[in-house]
Amino acid sequence: MSTVTADLSPPLSLPFHAGALAVLAVAYLVVPFIGSSYLFEAILLPFLALSLAGVGLNILTGYAGQVSLGSAAFMAVGAFAAYNFNLRVEALPLIGSIVLAGLSAAAIGIVFGLPSLRLRGFYLAVSTLAAQFFVQWALTKFGWFSNNSASGVIDAPPLSLAGLSFEGPVGRYLFALTVVAVLTFLAYRLVSSQTGRNFIAVRDNETAARIIGVPVLRTKLLAFGVSSFIIGVAGVLWAFAYLRTVEPAGFNLDRSFQILFIVIIGGLASIRGAFFGAALIVVFPLVLSRLGAFLLGDIFDSGVLDMTQRIVIGAFIILFLVLEPDGLVALWDRLKSRITAALRRA
Amino acid sequence: MTLYTKIRAAAFAAGIGLAAIAAPALADEQHFPLQSYRVGPYAAGGTGFFGGFIDYLNLINTRDGGVNGVKLTWSEAETQYEVERGVEAYERLKSNQGIAAWNPLSVGIAYAMIDRITQDKVPLITINHGRTDSTDGRVFPYVFPLLLNPYSETSGIVNYIASKEGGLESLKGKKIVVLYHGSPYGKETIPIYELLAEKYGFELQQIEVPHPGNEQQSQWLTIRRAKPDYVVLRGWGVMNPVALKTAAKTGFPVDHIIGNVWSNSEEDVIPAGDAAKGYTAITTQASGAEYPVVKEIVKTVYDAGKGNLEDKNRIGSVYHNLGIVNGILNVEAVRIAQEKFGKRTLTGDEVRWGFEHLQLDPARVEALGAKDLFHSINVTWDNHEGNGYVTFQQWDGKKWNVVSDWIAPDWALLRPIIEKSSEAYAAEKGIKLRTAEDAEAATN
Repeated sequence: MSTVTADLSPPLSLPFHAGALAVLAVAYLVVPFIGSSYLFEAILLPFLALSLAGVGLNILTGYAGQVSLGSAAFMAVGAFAAYNFNLRVEALPLIGSIVLAGLSAAAIGIVFGLPSLRLRGFYLAVSTLAAQFFVQWALTKFGWFSNNSASGVIDAPPLSLAGLSFEGPVGRYLFALTVVAVLTFLAYRLVSSQTGRNFIAVRDNETAARIIGVPVLRTKLLAFGVSSFIIGVAGVLWAFAYLRTVEPAGFNLDRSFQILFIVIIGGLASIRGAFFGAALIVVFPLVLSRLGAFLLGDIFDSGVLDMTQRIVIGAFIILFLVLEPDGLVALWDRLKSRITAALRRA
Repeated sequence: MTLYTKIRAAAFAAGIGLAAIAAPALADEQHFPLQSYRVGPYAAGGTGFFGGFIDYLNLINTRDGGVNGVKLTWSEAETQYEVERGVEAYERLKSNQGIAAWNPLSVGIAYAMIDRITQDKVPLITINHGRTDSTDGRVFPYVFPLLLNPYSETSGIVNYIASKEGGLESLKGKKIVVLYHGSPYGKETIPIYELLAEKYGFELQQIEVPHPGNEQQSQWLTIRRAKPDYVVLRGWGVMNPVALKTAAKTGFPVDHIIGNVWSNSEEDVIPAGDAAKGYTAITTQASGAEYPVVKEIVKTVYDAGKGNLEDKNRIGSVYHNLGIVNGILNVEAVRIAQEKFGKRTLTGDEVRWGFEHLQLDPARVEALGAKDLFHSINVTWDNHEGNGYVTFQQWDGKKWNVVSDWIAPDWALLRPIIEKSSEAYAAEKGIKLRTAEDAEAATN
């Protein structure tokens, strides 16, 4: 990951605030009134959950430079922990279950982060695979985790906070949006603090970081902990707000790769990048599949269309990474500066 | 940060636009949204089943002009048997008008849909699979595991093994290994096998094969060490031929492997070659193209070039015939509901009423051209399975041969277990048990 340029996020400034607040305002005040249930259920809810997972992985991979292929496992830990806390601890409010779920994921994340003290790069990636396989195995093997449900599938409890119910597509969207907004803000504050600079120092040159007094061991484990916390909460959103039911197999290696792609395509070491990447990964296949079904649906069956879609997406990703290795964020920033320059000239 | 909102808006607008163009006319039409899977590890099941289903709907449209003049329409979205894609497909397809029923053919997707379809009041059909306790119509008004729920299947298989050994008493001391698919579908029967083992006194070992199941060396070595009398194969897709081949490699006799209802197709045995010769499997519908309804499909649909299967050799295969039987059950439910509510496009809740009165005795099945294809069905408001009969077929290397009569699973034994589970679900979810009067009323 040493090719990534050091992107010290700017301190809180007005323009960032303005942009983020505008998006939030639209998300809270406009979208709930104009969106259809398809928009919420099939696009925005998976988008929000995957974006949050992307933010989490970006802290670990983008900022702290530790490659992980265990993201889906931490999502699974979050989802199943929240389910069990909610089920087994009487009178615990949902928000309590979610925080405890995040902490459980963080604990597991720190345990599987221990090899990072000795391993780097591909070797670390391979060792995080262990998390992926171990967690899925444990959740399948021990029926206790799914309350001995015959098929190992858990049912999400109703979403409510402080007496407010978040049922229905719009309610679940607002719930997810709030969780994502709060955690993203905290993540943003974290990466622009001293800890965030420690992450980057460890990523760019571990030895140099050690010499200037960065506690490398603590920093790495902290990165694993924080990242897994956020990914765990993303898992809760995936299970409780989006699918409303969850089986361990839903959090397989494919999902881990998906989150890694979100981070790489969106832009490493950028909080915004996770959102760009997730938008592309969630929306692009849907647009393609609709377009394909509309244009060619009468000629080919859905199977052929689906295969074509994969080829197109694969080609697109290769092309994109060749032309813009710094991710969608870099593309967006360039576009913005050009527009601003053009406006100034005009 | 407005690029993604723009993309999203554009995508959404495109979606809405397409949906508007693709929406069917509001004439008398009944719609079947199909969350099919024609690619991925389970494509063989998906293409056969949805092919048969579509072929039957086509037959009804072409031969009869629809059900009492109401045309049947359908639309497809690919799920690859993945839950997220299934949910997306559900949200995409539910904007269609006049939806009769959903048939996702995936336990995972069905589980994710239960809350949603209950809210929308549209039936969810999980023929031969699904959540066992959804058999209890008091708790699950809109879910129908038609013909054979997983517990009945288990009971049927155990009864068949008993009949080969000389009665249920002879099961005592025998050893049975269940090799199951590592998915919600595969795990559904774990508790009922344990219960039957305790009841009949046979020794039981249940071994999981992780999805998709193309590597089973260690499982079969375990089986070899355990030396069971029978192995029950509760597989799906690629897991089945691999199991049969690995069994041959490790020297387990194939005629002591009994396949469940999703391990019983040509696509499961042909790839295994000689290793599958002598393999026996349970089924609710016989295979073969000699049944009148299959012949009519060939004549009316395939000869007109409108058949759904690309490979015509698969006509009359197990999955294709299951799709046809599924078509019969869906269409007859619509027909029965039309008799009560009128010959027009029905609401989902009215079709639900039709399914709850889906009673086809052997005479009616014969009239539909399906004598010996399947036995009968008898769905009521509180029994959503409908007491389907099973039979066993053996693979001779070229085709399946029926080797048993139509066997009835032990429904009386299973019902209390099902009710216990569904009542627990109702308590957890705060659902009030439905009564016969509740079931009689249908909203339009």
